[in-house]
Amino acid sequence: MSENGNDAERKLCIICSKGTIDMAYPGLVLANAALMEGIDVTMFFTFWGMDIINKKKMNNLKATPLGNPSMGMPNIVGILPGVTAMASAMMKKEIEKLDFPPVDEFLETIHDAGGKLYACRMAMDMMKLKKEDLFSEVDDVIGAMEFMELSEGAQVLFI
Amino acid sequence: MSANELTQISVELDADGFLVNPDDWNRDIAIQLAAELGIELTDRHWQVIDFCRKDFKETGSVPTLRRITKVGGVPTKELYKLFPKGPAKKVAKVAGLSKPTGCI
Repeated sequence: MSENGNDAERKLCIICSKGTIDMAYPGLVLANAALMEGIDVTMFFTFWGMDIINKKKMNNLKATPLGNPSMGMPNIVGILPGVTAMASAMMKKEIEKLDFPPVDEFLETIHDAGGKLYACRMAMDMMKLKKEDLFSEVDDVIGAMEFMELSEGAQVLFI
Repeated sequence: MSANELTQISVELDADGFLVNPDDWNRDIAIQLAAELGIELTDRHWQVIDFCRKDFKETGSVPTLRRITKVGGVPTKELYKLFPKGPAKKVAKVAGLSKPTGCI
Protein backbone atom coordinates (compact mmCIF):
# COMPACT_ATOMS: atom_id res chain seq x y z
CA MET A 1 0.00 0.00 0.00
CA SER A 2 1.45 3.31 -1.00
CA GLU A 3 1.45 6.40 1.17
CA ASN A 4 -1.74 7.92 -0.21
CA GLY A 5 -3.71 4.70 0.18
CA ASN A 6 -3.61 4.20 -3.55
CA ASP A 7 -2.48 0.85 -4.76
CA ALA A 8 -3.39 -0.19 -8.28
CA GLU A 9 -2.08 -3.70 -7.65
CA ARG A 10 -4.33 -4.66 -4.81
CA LYS A 11 -7.35 -6.78 -5.74
CA LEU A 12 -10.09 -8.17 -3.53
CA CYS A 13 -12.53 -10.94 -4.42
CA ILE A 14 -15.46 -11.54 -2.11
CA ILE A 15 -17.47 -14.74 -2.37
CA CYS A 16 -20.93 -14.29 -0.87
CA SER A 17 -22.48 -17.67 -0.13
CA LYS A 18 -25.11 -16.76 2.44
CA GLY A 19 -28.35 -14.86 2.13
CA THR A 20 -29.11 -13.64 5.63
CA ILE A 21 -28.82 -9.95 6.50
CA ASP A 22 -25.95 -10.57 8.90
CA MET A 23 -24.00 -12.45 6.23
CA ALA A 24 -24.86 -10.16 3.31
CA TYR A 25 -23.85 -6.83 4.84
CA PRO A 26 -20.26 -7.69 5.80
CA GLY A 27 -19.53 -8.51 2.15
CA LEU A 28 -21.22 -5.37 0.90
CA VAL A 29 -19.54 -3.12 3.46
CA LEU A 30 -16.09 -4.57 2.77
CA ALA A 31 -16.51 -4.38 -1.00
CA ASN A 32 -17.52 -0.74 -0.76
CA ALA A 33 -14.73 0.06 1.71
CA ALA A 34 -12.17 -1.52 -0.60
CA LEU A 35 -13.40 0.57 -3.51
CA MET A 36 -13.26 3.74 -1.41
CA GLU A 37 -9.62 2.81 -0.77
CA GLY A 38 -8.87 2.36 -4.46
CA ILE A 39 -8.78 -1.44 -4.36
CA ASP A 40 -10.15 -3.41 -7.31
CA VAL A 41 -13.23 -5.41 -6.25
CA THR A 42 -14.99 -8.47 -7.63
CA MET A 43 -18.00 -10.00 -5.89
CA PHE A 44 -19.10 -13.54 -6.66
CA PHE A 45 -22.53 -14.66 -5.49
CA THR A 46 -23.24 -18.33 -5.01
CA PHE A 47 -25.69 -20.64 -3.20
CA TRP A 48 -27.76 -18.65 -0.68
CA GLY A 49 -25.73 -15.58 -1.54
CA MET A 50 -27.80 -15.51 -4.75
CA ASP A 51 -30.59 -13.96 -2.64
CA ILE A 52 -28.47 -10.81 -2.39
CA ILE A 53 -28.73 -10.30 -6.16
CA ASN A 54 -32.18 -11.82 -6.64
CA LYS A 55 -34.50 -8.90 -7.44
CA LYS A 56 -37.40 -10.52 -5.61
CA LYS A 57 -35.46 -11.24 -2.44
CA MET A 58 -32.61 -8.74 -2.14
CA ASN A 59 -34.47 -6.12 -0.13
CA ASN A 60 -36.27 -8.69 1.94
CA LEU A 61 -33.36 -10.64 3.43
CA LYS A 62 -33.91 -12.09 6.87
CA ALA A 63 -31.95 -12.59 10.07
CA THR A 64 -32.96 -15.46 12.30
CA PRO A 65 -32.31 -15.85 16.01
CA LEU A 66 -32.46 -19.64 15.55
CA GLY A 67 -29.14 -21.28 16.26
CA ASN A 68 -27.60 -17.88 16.85
CA PRO A 69 -26.65 -17.42 20.51
CA SER A 70 -25.34 -13.91 19.77
CA MET A 71 -28.89 -12.67 19.33
CA GLY A 72 -29.61 -13.54 22.93
CA MET A 73 -32.96 -15.15 22.26
CA PRO A 74 -33.79 -18.74 23.28
CA ASN A 75 -34.23 -21.05 20.28
CA ILE A 76 -37.67 -21.99 21.53
CA VAL A 77 -38.76 -18.37 20.99
CA GLY A 78 -37.02 -18.24 17.62
CA ILE A 79 -39.28 -20.96 16.21
CA LEU A 80 -42.47 -18.98 16.86
CA PRO A 81 -44.18 -17.49 13.80
CA GLY A 82 -43.25 -13.87 13.21
CA VAL A 83 -40.10 -13.88 15.31
CA THR A 84 -37.76 -14.07 12.31
CA ALA A 85 -39.68 -11.26 10.61
CA MET A 86 -39.46 -9.15 13.76
CA ALA A 87 -35.73 -9.79 14.24
CA SER A 88 -35.14 -8.97 10.57
CA ALA A 89 -37.09 -5.74 10.75
CA MET A 90 -35.17 -4.68 13.84
CA MET A 91 -31.82 -5.39 12.24
CA LYS A 92 -32.79 -3.52 9.09
CA LYS A 93 -33.83 -0.52 11.14
CA GLU A 94 -30.50 -0.51 12.98
CA ILE A 95 -28.61 -0.73 9.68
CA GLU A 96 -30.63 2.16 8.30
CA LYS A 97 -29.93 4.23 11.41
CA LEU A 98 -26.21 3.88 10.71
CA ASP A 99 -26.90 5.28 7.22
CA PHE A 100 -26.09 2.05 5.41
CA PRO A 101 -28.26 1.68 2.30
CA PRO A 102 -30.66 -1.16 1.51
CA VAL A 103 -29.16 -4.02 -0.52
CA ASP A 104 -30.19 -2.82 -3.99
CA GLU A 105 -28.82 0.67 -3.41
CA PHE A 106 -25.65 -0.74 -1.87
CA LEU A 107 -25.01 -2.96 -4.90
CA GLU A 108 -25.65 -0.02 -7.20
CA THR A 109 -23.10 2.06 -5.32
CA ILE A 110 -20.55 -0.75 -5.49
CA HIS A 111 -21.16 -1.15 -9.20
CA ASP A 112 -21.01 2.60 -9.87
CA ALA A 113 -17.72 2.68 -7.96
CA GLY A 114 -16.29 0.14 -10.40
CA GLY A 115 -16.94 -3.09 -8.48
CA LYS A 116 -17.76 -6.14 -10.58
CA LEU A 117 -20.71 -8.35 -9.68
CA TYR A 118 -20.91 -11.95 -10.84
CA ALA A 119 -23.52 -14.66 -10.31
CA CYS A 120 -22.60 -18.33 -10.05
CA ARG A 121 -23.83 -20.40 -12.99
CA MET A 122 -24.29 -23.55 -10.96
CA ALA A 123 -26.36 -21.77 -8.32
CA MET A 124 -28.46 -20.17 -11.08
CA ASP A 125 -29.24 -23.59 -12.53
CA MET A 126 -29.84 -25.14 -9.15
CA MET A 127 -32.27 -22.42 -8.12
CA LYS A 128 -33.85 -22.25 -11.59
CA LEU A 129 -33.02 -18.57 -11.91
CA LYS A 130 -32.75 -16.64 -15.15
CA LYS A 131 -30.59 -13.61 -15.88
CA GLU A 132 -33.74 -11.45 -15.75
CA ASP A 133 -34.37 -12.58 -12.17
CA LEU A 134 -31.11 -10.93 -11.17
CA PHE A 135 -30.45 -7.33 -10.21
CA SER A 136 -29.71 -5.24 -13.28
CA GLU A 137 -26.21 -4.28 -12.11
CA VAL A 138 -24.96 -7.90 -12.15
CA ASP A 139 -22.24 -7.99 -14.81
CA ASP A 140 -22.37 -11.62 -15.80
CA VAL A 141 -23.11 -15.20 -14.90
CA ILE A 142 -19.90 -17.19 -14.66
CA GLY A 143 -18.60 -20.62 -13.70
CA ALA A 144 -16.12 -21.57 -11.03
CA MET A 145 -13.25 -21.77 -13.50
CA GLU A 146 -13.93 -18.29 -14.80
CA PHE A 147 -13.93 -17.10 -11.20
CA MET A 148 -10.48 -18.64 -10.80
CA GLU A 149 -9.29 -16.55 -13.74
CA LEU A 150 -10.87 -13.39 -12.36
CA SER A 151 -9.45 -13.88 -8.90
CA GLU A 152 -5.88 -14.43 -10.01
CA GLY A 153 -3.54 -12.52 -7.73
CA ALA A 154 -6.41 -11.27 -5.56
CA GLN A 155 -7.07 -11.55 -1.88
CA VAL A 156 -10.13 -13.76 -1.51
CA LEU A 157 -12.76 -13.53 1.19
CA PHE A 158 -15.33 -16.28 1.59
CA ILE A 159 -18.43 -15.23 3.45
CA MET B 1 4.36 14.99 11.75
CA SER B 2 6.22 16.56 8.93
CA ALA B 3 6.11 19.93 7.28
CA ASN B 4 5.59 19.54 3.59
CA GLU B 5 7.01 22.25 1.39
CA LEU B 6 4.49 23.26 -1.19
CA THR B 7 5.25 26.00 -3.63
CA GLN B 8 5.70 29.05 -1.39
CA ILE B 9 3.35 27.50 1.16
CA SER B 10 4.36 25.45 4.13
CA VAL B 11 1.67 23.45 5.89
CA GLU B 12 1.94 20.71 8.42
CA LEU B 13 0.80 17.30 7.21
CA ASP B 14 0.40 14.13 9.28
CA ALA B 15 2.15 10.86 8.47
CA ASP B 16 -0.61 9.95 5.98
CA GLY B 17 -0.47 13.28 4.20
CA PHE B 18 -3.55 14.89 5.74
CA LEU B 19 -3.52 18.49 6.94
CA VAL B 20 -2.89 18.57 10.68
CA ASN B 21 -4.92 21.73 11.15
CA PRO B 22 -7.98 22.18 8.89
CA ASP B 23 -7.72 25.93 9.42
CA ASP B 24 -4.39 25.97 7.56
CA TRP B 25 -6.33 25.17 4.43
CA ASN B 26 -6.93 27.55 1.56
CA ARG B 27 -7.75 27.14 -2.13
CA ASP B 28 -4.12 27.39 -3.24
CA ILE B 29 -3.17 24.61 -0.87
CA ALA B 30 -6.03 22.49 -2.22
CA ILE B 31 -4.74 22.99 -5.76
CA GLN B 32 -1.27 21.91 -4.65
CA LEU B 33 -2.50 18.91 -2.68
CA ALA B 34 -4.62 17.81 -5.63
CA ALA B 35 -1.70 18.23 -8.02
CA GLU B 36 0.36 15.92 -5.81
CA LEU B 37 -2.36 13.31 -6.31
CA GLY B 38 -2.33 13.95 -10.06
CA ILE B 39 -5.67 15.73 -10.01
CA GLU B 40 -6.40 19.03 -11.74
CA LEU B 41 -9.30 20.68 -9.97
CA THR B 42 -12.42 21.55 -11.96
CA ASP B 43 -15.68 23.20 -10.86
CA ARG B 44 -17.11 19.79 -9.99
CA HIS B 45 -14.08 19.03 -7.79
CA TRP B 46 -14.65 22.31 -6.03
CA GLN B 47 -18.29 21.45 -5.47
CA VAL B 48 -17.18 18.30 -3.63
CA ILE B 49 -14.47 20.11 -1.68
CA ASP B 50 -16.70 23.01 -0.69
CA PHE B 51 -19.42 20.62 0.44
CA CYS B 52 -16.96 18.66 2.57
CA ARG B 53 -15.53 21.77 4.20
CA LYS B 54 -19.00 23.13 4.92
CA ASP B 55 -20.27 19.77 6.21
CA PHE B 56 -17.23 19.34 8.42
CA LYS B 57 -17.81 22.79 9.94
CA GLU B 58 -21.44 21.98 10.60
CA THR B 59 -21.16 18.42 11.87
CA GLY B 60 -17.60 18.23 13.16
CA SER B 61 -16.89 15.02 11.26
CA VAL B 62 -15.47 14.27 7.82
CA PRO B 63 -18.40 13.41 5.54
CA THR B 64 -18.60 9.86 4.21
CA LEU B 65 -18.73 9.25 0.45
CA ARG B 66 -22.36 8.28 0.90
CA ARG B 67 -23.06 11.64 2.47
CA ILE B 68 -21.21 13.44 -0.32
CA THR B 69 -23.39 11.66 -2.89
CA LYS B 70 -26.67 11.89 -0.99
CA VAL B 71 -26.42 15.34 0.56
CA GLY B 72 -23.66 16.87 -1.56
CA GLY B 73 -25.38 15.84 -4.78
CA VAL B 74 -22.41 14.32 -6.62
CA PRO B 75 -23.22 10.80 -7.89
CA THR B 76 -20.96 7.87 -7.02
CA LYS B 77 -19.80 7.32 -10.60
CA GLU B 78 -18.74 10.93 -10.96
CA LEU B 79 -17.06 10.99 -7.56
CA TYR B 80 -14.87 8.05 -8.57
CA LYS B 81 -14.06 9.82 -11.84
CA LEU B 82 -13.16 13.08 -10.12
CA PHE B 83 -11.01 11.42 -7.48
CA PRO B 84 -10.01 8.09 -9.03
CA LYS B 85 -8.60 5.12 -7.13
CA GLY B 86 -9.58 5.73 -3.55
CA PRO B 87 -11.83 8.81 -3.47
CA ALA B 88 -12.54 8.73 0.27
CA LYS B 89 -9.04 9.69 1.36
CA LYS B 90 -8.28 11.83 -1.68
CA VAL B 91 -11.31 14.03 -1.15
CA ALA B 92 -10.50 14.50 2.55
CA LYS B 93 -6.87 15.24 1.77
CA VAL B 94 -7.59 17.90 -0.82
CA ALA B 95 -10.32 19.42 1.35
CA GLY B 96 -7.80 19.74 4.17
CA LEU B 97 -9.68 17.41 6.50
CA SER B 98 -8.46 14.48 8.56
CA LYS B 99 -8.48 10.85 7.47
CA PRO B 100 -12.09 9.69 7.10
CA THR B 101 -13.16 7.06 9.61
CA GLY B 102 -16.65 6.23 8.29
CA CYS B 103 -17.34 2.77 6.84
CA ILE B 104 -19.60 3.87 4.06
